[in-house]
Amino acid sequence: MKSKTILIALMVYTSVNFAQKIKGSDTVLPLSQKEAETYMKTNKAAKITVTGGGSGVGLAALVDNTTDIAMSSRKIKMDEKIKLQDAGRPYKETIVAYDALSVIVNNSNKVSQLTREQLEGIFTGKIKNWKEVGGDDMQMVVYSRESSSGTFEFFKEHVMNKKNYAASVLSMPATGAIVQSVSQTKGAIGYIGLAYTDKSVKDLKVSYDAGKTYIAPSMETAKNKTYPIVRPLYYYYATAVEKAVKPFVDYVLSAEGQKIVEQVGYVPLSK
Amino acid sequence: MLSSSITSLTVVLIVVFLFKEGIGLFNQKPVEPGYVIAINKNNKVKELSSVQLKNIYDQKITHWSEVGGTHDSIVLFQLEDISNYYSDEQIGDNMQNLGSCMSRLVDSLPNIIAFFPDKYLDKKFQGTLLEVDKVTLHDFFAGKEWIPTAKPSAQLGVLPLILGTLWVSLGAILLALPLGLAAAVYMSEIANERVRRIMKPLIELLAGIPSVVYGFFGLVIIVPLIQKTFDLPVGETGLAGSIVLGIMALPTIITISEDAMRNTPRAMKEASLALGASRWQTIYKVIIPYSISGISAGAILGIGRAIGETMAVLMVTGNAAVIPHSILAPVRTIPATIAAELGETSNGGLHYKALFALGCILFLITLFINLTVEFISNRQKHNKH
Repeated sequence: MKSKTILIALMVYTSVNFAQKIKGSDTVLPLSQKEAETYMKTNKAAKITVTGGGSGVGLAALVDNTTDIAMSSRKIKMDEKIKLQDAGRPYKETIVAYDALSVIVNNSNKVSQLTREQLEGIFTGKIKNWKEVGGDDMQMVVYSRESSSGTFEFFKEHVMNKKNYAASVLSMPATGAIVQSVSQTKGAIGYIGLAYTDKSVKDLKVSYDAGKTYIAPSMETAKNKTYPIVRPLYYYYATAVEKAVKPFVDYVLSAEGQKIVEQVGYVPLSK
Repeated sequence: MLSSSITSLTVVLIVVFLFKEGIGLFNQKPVEPGYVIAINKNNKVKELSSVQLKNIYDQKITHWSEVGGTHDSIVLFQLEDISNYYSDEQIGDNMQNLGSCMSRLVDSLPNIIAFFPDKYLDKKFQGTLLEVDKVTLHDFFAGKEWIPTAKPSAQLGVLPLILGTLWVSLGAILLALPLGLAAAVYMSEIANERVRRIMKPLIELLAGIPSVVYGFFGLVIIVPLIQKTFDLPVGETGLAGSIVLGIMALPTIITISEDAMRNTPRAMKEASLALGASRWQTIYKVIIPYSISGISAGAILGIGRAIGETMAVLMVTGNAAVIPHSILAPVRTIPATIAAELGETSNGGLHYKALFALGCILFLITLFINLTVEFISNRQKHNKH
């Protein structure tokens, strides 16, 4: 009898006090941290630990069952899907927020808008001088994120029509480094998350309809979907632990959770 | 005894792990696992290299004639394009008909090249599946393009990375060696005891500054400086990396060469002075020749530090994977590549293994350097007898 009560108490304890582990993309990390903090304030029993490491690290941890939720700034890859399938761990995918990318140039640059086709030309190395897109006679210096970042992949798929980056593109380890470099290099162009832009660099307006309309990146244009360069941020979790992680995921998707999304600088899901 | 055997065991385990993962690369195909590349069965082309595949999908090769086929233009297809050919009803709610749609599509378009997951490969698939060769040693070491995430076929040429690493380290040592040597001579022979007691800890402090701080300093101070001085479009260059690494290698070079110089027997110095040689003549005719092994060991250890340095280089060299033609061009080094890319790769995948193979190369380079140091310091012992 006694052992039974202990067992039940233990079960209740574990189900309430289920320590959740969230791991993965460094882009999603600040968001998850903030969400977890506020969630734990209202749900005293909940225990959530959030760690970064990269989208690949998170998804690999999901395969090894060392994390409950994997954060990812890119869609799961085919070989990761296959590994999850081989491990007998069906999973679910949820989009928790959007991240808008803005294309930035140096403040002294005359160019203030570009079409998608021009951006493709610039990042694949076909356009090399600013005078080809209506600027001064000045060599272009193209900055990008590291090839492994979700940002890099997304930009390639959605802006560059899946073509590969030119080898001469400079790749920087962090968004902050891109802002720093663009602000001190006259001919520079780069892309960063909307949350990171500041006065030291200039945001470009972008056109996805061959130059008919140019849209400036901002929270409003990203929210009403007129700004085109917006990517989803994902949570992946195994269906087996769905019961345990669902309350937190639901919280992130709730109105309150989405308010935090906006505070952190990402674009909330539209209802 | 116990602690030293544990240490050696750990080292051996790390090396074995590194090589096990790295060598696995050469058992893999550059195409993402789970995917196939198919063409129409009447197409004469049976084989494409990894580079050709990349150029086809980048639309640099647009006609089959360029890869040994007919004079027709290539029709590119990726799975997302399926909705341009078939409606959702035709594909089915759970994509159950996707396989047969793919089969029909590849059969109906004679000039198609299709890249899609093999689970949508129909049992009665009508096209030819292209054979892609495994990654070869030649592709890996002589390839000029490093685009590990390229689809459908990854480009794993490490030549620009190896050259970039060596280039930056060479620049660093050329900058650091004269400066370090001069400082060592000053500290061991010229400076008086009081100056020495202030300078020595200061120089050793240089070794204690975290490399990220060096990197940040380089990005904010040295990079704009280089850009202005040489009037370059971009300041993130090999030279910026060399300067930062040079500063980082200085304490190693100074400390080791100074120790070697101070080890010059007093009798030799005094004999030289007694013969009427000036202080300078004594320094470069007696002290430097005597301590040359120590100085070379310091220089080589300095290079070792420069080659393995990650963070500082990652921040200042621009990391463009092109073969450097001058020190004023952006370069990408091996450690920077590993640090920047490992976090996002899928565990055990092609890219992951390629990064481990890069780690092996780096290990072999530093091993070679350490053996050289060993060889030189052994020679020093012989000299003394």
